[in-house]
Amino acid sequence: MTAPLVEMRDMSISFGGIKAVDHVTVDLQPGEVVGLLGHNGAGKSTLIKMLSGAYQPDGGQIFINGEKVTINNPRDARAHNIETIYQTLALADNLDAASNLFLGRELVTPFGLVDDAAMEAETRKIMGRLNPNFQKFSAPVSALSGGQRQSVAIARAVYFNAKILIMDEPTAALGPHETQMVAELIQQLKAEGIGIFLIDHDVHQVMNLCDRASVMKNGQLVGTVNVNEVTDDDLLGMIILGKHPHENAA
Amino acid sequence: MTDTTSQPIPPQRKSFVQQLELDTRLLGMVGAFIILCIGFDFITEGRFLTPRNIFNLTIQTVSVAIMACGMVFIIVTRHIDLSVGALLATCSAIMAMTQTDILPNMMGLGLGHPLIAPISIIVGIAAGALIGAFHGYLVGYLTIPAFIVTLGGLLVWRNVGWFLTRGQTIGPLDETFMAFGGINGTLGPSLSWIVGAVLTVAAIAAMWNGRRSKASHGFPVKPVWAELTLSAIIASAIMGFIWVLNSYEIPTARLRRMFEARGEVMPEGFTTTYGLPISVLLLIGIAIAMTVLARRTRLGRYIFATGGNPDAAELSGINTRMLTVKIFALMGALCAISAVVASARLANHTNDIGTLDELRVIAAAVIGGTALSGGLGTIHGAILGALIMQSLQSGMAMVGVDAPYQNIVVGVVLVAAVLIDIIYRKRTGDH
Repeated sequence: MTAPLVEMRDMSISFGGIKAVDHVTVDLQPGEVVGLLGHNGAGKSTLIKMLSGAYQPDGGQIFINGEKVTINNPRDARAHNIETIYQTLALADNLDAASNLFLGRELVTPFGLVDDAAMEAETRKIMGRLNPNFQKFSAPVSALSGGQRQSVAIARAVYFNAKILIMDEPTAALGPHETQMVAELIQQLKAEGIGIFLIDHDVHQVMNLCDRASVMKNGQLVGTVNVNEVTDDDLLGMIILGKHPHENAA
Repeated sequence: MTDTTSQPIPPQRKSFVQQLELDTRLLGMVGAFIILCIGFDFITEGRFLTPRNIFNLTIQTVSVAIMACGMVFIIVTRHIDLSVGALLATCSAIMAMTQTDILPNMMGLGLGHPLIAPISIIVGIAAGALIGAFHGYLVGYLTIPAFIVTLGGLLVWRNVGWFLTRGQTIGPLDETFMAFGGINGTLGPSLSWIVGAVLTVAAIAAMWNGRRSKASHGFPVKPVWAELTLSAIIASAIMGFIWVLNSYEIPTARLRRMFEARGEVMPEGFTTTYGLPISVLLLIGIAIAMTVLARRTRLGRYIFATGGNPDAAELSGINTRMLTVKIFALMGALCAISAVVASARLANHTNDIGTLDELRVIAAAVIGGTALSGGLGTIHGAILGALIMQSLQSGMAMVGVDAPYQNIVVGVVLVAAVLIDIIYRKRTGDH
């Protein structure tokens, strides 16, 4: 078996004496969607922020394609083709869609100046694919609806040829139609061989979209299961009681 | 009530102003400024809008306006700098000592050497940038609030300046250096016209270039007549300003002294005018450079992104700590340039130079539309803000308003301007 696309081995991080993530190991194969489940404060987002470079772990190792890597900041993560859609979206509200999409990776003219026209053209292209109704290209993103803002954040993550995609509750602010669009997008990206970590509260959605699910509780990993081998109730039991379904069977 | 879908939606008729795509906020400020000027002109029976007064007004505004450009970036990133007036004093002291003592005596260049002015200015700018960078390090890396760092800086640098000069006035300053002060360094009529023409052509070229770039990607552009109207407004504004400055004649007695200084005799009936002051040209150059920095460079983009959402900027891989150091260093360098203008205008370094400038600079930036909540602000707005403040102050002095009333009015105007801005933003739905 080849090395997994991502392996986070024995990850730990503490904040002021509280072990937010306590020796957790998860992995991700190419073209696979792994759901991360757990209550608020279970440590899902914290775990994933160590992969996206927002937090530095106290302990543990990260391997990408079997090679040990060090991710000290978001720039390092981007260099490894890791893209993140944050729960807060992480958009600069005062800037327009194109400026947000290319933030930190602006297109420049031969004179080294920011090429706004080229960036807007690229933004129009990708938005035409992701959200054809999107028209507000010159307005600051503060003037956009929740769904439109979400599509800007998604466009930013998929534009730069991500290999590893982290989605932190991507559908939390969306209506049913837009949620369906995100689900289709996940299928499409999966088919392109991209590995996706999907953080979600909705067990039903995880059962539908994910191949495997890793459940966390109080900073520790309860277990990782194939969604085909468990029921919704099994997953709920893992989330609420911290009980591994196969322990029951044994 | 049958087929309503097949009818094409008529294109929305836009008003004249909408088609020009002007910033209505800026228009409002320009309008307020014009009303202010005409009002003072009326009360003073035509003494306010004379070439002489306009000339004086512009050279008095330059020092605060230069610093206000830097303050925009500071406030946009949600910081504040209370130390700019004090930093100006320290830079001024360093430059005055460099040009009157260190270079001519200790380095043996002798007074009046042509290298004295450039070396002094470089030393001053380096000192300002270094001190600013240090402030930025304390704010960005050690996470001390900018308010505290620069409040401390106000006390420290005001008195470092005092300590360096032992409180003495230093002067007279170098001849070349004093050319940056305003009245002692003007371009004269012909050169002023040339500069005006170059600026006009450059401004219009930049506008049409932007249009071409938009059109090449197939984006909607303004109608041609709107571009032409804007071009005409820009051209007449620039050339009108040059014309006013070129109408201020140098008094005969002063002209005669200038000829005598060159060992010549003034021809009978000879007159000439001041034209564009070098200090104003300096301000224009800085304004253009800072606007390009804000709008067309990565650094500028990161400044505004950080102001809009610091966490998002950080997560996008922007090194916001280093960014803070750069912004404060730039502010320090601009304080030094302001120190050149301010001390050259006075022909001396004085111990109290730049006192209370921090408040004028912050007020100019805020009146000019820079939001203290971060992420919003323009360079031209800040300069216009500085101009409004200075007009208000010197207009009231001209009318004969007592000093305490003057400051009361300025204070009220500052608060009222911000209130109007809040109401405006609520109504237009801007944040």
